[in-house]
Amino acid sequence: MIHDMKPEDMIGDYKETRLALYRSITRLILYTDIETPYPDGKLIVSTTDKEGIITHVNKAFVEISGYTEDELLDSPHSILRHPDMPSAAFKDLWDTVNKGIPWQGYVKNLRKDGGYYWVKATVIPNIRQGKVVSYTSVRRKPSRTKVEECIKLYPTLF
Amino acid sequence: MPYQFTVSPDFSPDHLSGWFFFNTWLQKQTGQAIHLETYDSFQAQLEAIQRNEVDLIYANPFDAAMLVREKGFLPLVRANGVADEAIIAVSAESSVDKVTNLMPGITIAVTEDPAVLMMGMIMLESADLSADNIQTAIHNSYVLVAKNLLQGNADVGIFLAEAYDDLANITKNKLKILVRSQISVIHHSLMIGPSLADKRDDIQNLLVAMALGEKGNSVLKSLGFASWIKVEDEEMEFMIDVMDTLAI
Repeated sequence: MIHDMKPEDMIGDYKETRLALYRSITRLILYTDIETPYPDGKLIVSTTDKEGIITHVNKAFVEISGYTEDELLDSPHSILRHPDMPSAAFKDLWDTVNKGIPWQGYVKNLRKDGGYYWVKATVIPNIRQGKVVSYTSVRRKPSRTKVEECIKLYPTLF
Repeated sequence: MPYQFTVSPDFSPDHLSGWFFFNTWLQKQTGQAIHLETYDSFQAQLEAIQRNEVDLIYANPFDAAMLVREKGFLPLVRANGVADEAIIAVSAESSVDKVTNLMPGITIAVTEDPAVLMMGMIMLESADLSADNIQTAIHNSYVLVAKNLLQGNADVGIFLAEAYDDLANITKNKLKILVRSQISVIHHSLMIGPSLADKRDDIQNLLVAMALGEKGNSVLKSLGFASWIKVEDEEMEFMIDVMDTLAI
């Protein structure tokens, strides 16, 4: 399940918008300008089922997202969707992994408290007995140069 | 013909005798003739695997995908509480105190260990460093990686965290850690090949119970860990999936 974001969870001044996610589900998004730096040396790991519902998260994911493990499990991965991310990026992600091909890109993710963090994400299809059964996403610390390029590029993709 | 057992060439020299004790223990427990063969390099070990000369292996995580997907190996156990982690370090006298201060053109001292090299290179990515804009000097041991850092022959060293922690204090005092990985899910595993697959459950049970016996406990101590824990097929697949994402 995915819920609207709540003012009481926000840290700092926030803006509001409503994002269309998937299957005509929309979500009230509250977001701030506060960036959380990616922690050195850590990988954020999660697994989703074929519909993008989170089935596994590691500790680093819980720490940086601000959500509890229980809040993340059974939620769609789009719980992290930031309004500054163009939907074209996620269409490309799903089009790619649905073909059984890994996807890689730089993503601005939304925290529960309205802040954000940048990652370099790699998503691969998990193939068991020749069939895609789930997807694993591993995020690592991005190069600041690449992030700066994305900050310029992404607004042009809306 | 005895079955052939081998250990990833990155094992600590301090544990070489431990692996021979382990092999003796395993032969007694299983009643099978097993020969321990060690290789000087990952390449030599890989060639033996390709010739189907290996039946049992304590495998580097980098080799797990090939062993499972191409050679039909299955996981048995892993060392309890031991994960493969990497450290990026510089000389204590270096003016660099974080990875993002590192510049293209630097020389990086490494060993042949492919998993550690991969984890290390991932941590250098945030400084826009890649194989294309650095020099890599490969050494036979982490002691030599440290020595080359201290002698100024390299700007940065990539270490297996366990090997870094085992360096003499006098050496560590002259080094500075920039970052230590906290990946947790990448580990060496004892794996069994198709020729021994019918004995997998029996060997797995023996290994999981190894720490309970006095003899087994003593052998484990000589290997540097307290017990083995079972690795499920899905856990191995998950590690391989994570390794696959890091290799891209």
